[in-house]
Amino acid sequence: MNRTAQPILEVNGLGMNFGGLRALDSVDLDVGKEEIVALIGPNGAGKTTFFNCITGLYTPTDGDIIILPPGKKRERINGVKPNLVTRRGLSRTFQNIRLFPNMTVLENVMIGRHCRTTTGIAGAIFRGRSTRREEKEIVDYSYTILENIGLEKSVNEFAKNLPYGEQRRLEIARALATEPFLLLLDEPAAGMNPQETEELDELIRKIRDEQEISILLIEHDMKLVMSLSDRIFVVDYGKKIAQGTPDEIKSNPVVIKAYLGEEIDA
Amino acid sequence: MINFSEIKKSLLVSLWFMFLTFPIMVIRVNTIENIVEWRWRNMVFIGVGSFLLSPVWRYLMKRKEYGLKKAEEGKEMQVSFARRILQERKFYIPGLIAAGLFSLAFPLTFSLYQTNIMVSALIFVMLGLGLNIVVGLAGLLDLGYVAFYAVGAYTYALLNYHFHLSFWIALPIGGAMGTLFGVLLGFPVLRLRGDYLAIVTLGFGEIIRLILENWNEFSFGPSGISNISRPSFFGMDLSVHGSMIFIYYIMIVLCIFTIFIVNRLQDSRIGRAWIALREDEVACQAMGIDKTKTKLTAFALGATWAGMGGVMFAAKTTFVNPASFTIWESIIVLCIVVLGGMGSVLGVIIGALILILLPEYLRAFSEYRMLVFGIVLVVMMIFRPGGIVSDVRRTYKFEGAGGKGGDE
Repeated sequence: MNRTAQPILEVNGLGMNFGGLRALDSVDLDVGKEEIVALIGPNGAGKTTFFNCITGLYTPTDGDIIILPPGKKRERINGVKPNLVTRRGLSRTFQNIRLFPNMTVLENVMIGRHCRTTTGIAGAIFRGRSTRREEKEIVDYSYTILENIGLEKSVNEFAKNLPYGEQRRLEIARALATEPFLLLLDEPAAGMNPQETEELDELIRKIRDEQEISILLIEHDMKLVMSLSDRIFVVDYGKKIAQGTPDEIKSNPVVIKAYLGEEIDA
Repeated sequence: MINFSEIKKSLLVSLWFMFLTFPIMVIRVNTIENIVEWRWRNMVFIGVGSFLLSPVWRYLMKRKEYGLKKAEEGKEMQVSFARRILQERKFYIPGLIAAGLFSLAFPLTFSLYQTNIMVSALIFVMLGLGLNIVVGLAGLLDLGYVAFYAVGAYTYALLNYHFHLSFWIALPIGGAMGTLFGVLLGFPVLRLRGDYLAIVTLGFGEIIRLILENWNEFSFGPSGISNISRPSFFGMDLSVHGSMIFIYYIMIVLCIFTIFIVNRLQDSRIGRAWIALREDEVACQAMGIDKTKTKLTAFALGATWAGMGGVMFAAKTTFVNPASFTIWESIIVLCIVVLGGMGSVLGVIIGALILILLPEYLRAFSEYRMLVFGIVLVVMMIFRPGGIVSDVRRTYKFEGAGGKGGDE
């Protein structure tokens, strides 16, 4: 992938303290336009904390998170509330699936449309023409996304009744409904069987190619990471220890040490 | 079919019940003649009764467990009776017409007393529908709901006392005051959820009551405010009986209005956001929903109905004092929502009618009234933990690729 000069997400020296614990220590990361970037690292390295900082669930202690949405101005989004981060075009999924279990598949995706629609209390009560049109648009848009993701068959099922792999995909569908320019996936392949992982690989590529969305993902499945990502960042104990293309990372001794615990003698 | 172990179980149950109820059912101290009465006959009744009822109970429990197992195995659940009625037009249209005719004819066919308690029940229908927004849809456990009810009632009482404002002007003002207090309570509790929220709202309810009880200059303390005017009928004052019938019809209209608005809100972008907030707060925020705004609208819109309900209450009784706004009222309204089925409008209506009318009609059993009331609640929660109309949440259905979406 050709990287444009300006990254759409730029993280400089991000640090996060929980009391005395330094969960993240000056982590740098950048994502280019239409790029798939992976963030890997051993368990407890601070990957999800990193995601939570970017999406506004945590306010980072120091550092800068700067976004450049297409066609808009550069903006620093440290400490912006999660819903406003989503509005600005960063959308995420969760490591342990967080769907709305008692809502249908369609309704789950419709929630994603919330930040792109405007009907207020008065509109809801009087249900005028514009409200009805907006509702129809929400339903149609959501259904189109479900078709793209391949979940249209279970559109009226409750989210809790979906098989595990489909729940993961539904989370992606819901995130896409917010019209993001950057999609953050937190371990999308966790708990999937090899076939489902392969389908996920295709899906993520499809999202990138067809919708021109950049992707930042946390993942433990190395096969998926190596085949999918353009660049990889590695963190350990809250610090970035390496970055580069999949091939560079594969042969990087520091990364191997972090994963296996000791250096391999050649 | 009758085997020995079943009889043994029933026997043990009846012995246990006889033991449990012994102090209240058998012993009575006659304080006038200073003797203890032993009412052994009651014990026999209880023994025989529980002996006969215990197999029925066990049969029902078994059926319930069987149903749960079937649901777990993923077999097609039987469509419940309530759902079938709601879905098929040929059932619910005549049902609706019958209910409509009955409610129209009610005050003309029944006595003043009956109309009076029906008005109370309707006020609680309105309160239940309001609280349903907060508890049923947005999932915020509010134990101080009665505070907004009190705010509405005192708004009308005070405006009427000081400025002689009529009912019709006070009704929207009462609603607006409810909204205002809903927002006021909403702000401090935005960060709280679950048990903590329940405790804070409980405190809020008590604060309002204590203020009304102790701030004599403002609210006239425990003696309350009397001689509140009844709603006038196009400028005419009605007799007591006439005005009760009039209030009854106002309540019917208000309830229909409430149902309409609550339904509209529920099936809207805001309603979906409330449900999402109930389901998962973090995911809800991450999907772009403003948590603060959504919680505040839920509190405010829920409180609006309580405010209007309060005005109705003041107009009906023509007298308010703090004793009418205790924690007990909050609990009753919460019971209405939970018993009826969280999030279900029909459930709330049925719940309110049962919970308010049942104690009234049980007056014949005087001393056992609350006992029966309690038993009904316990039995309900065991056999229908989701409420009377539990499985009827309308969901958005996508019909065909043509794109006609909407609620069923």
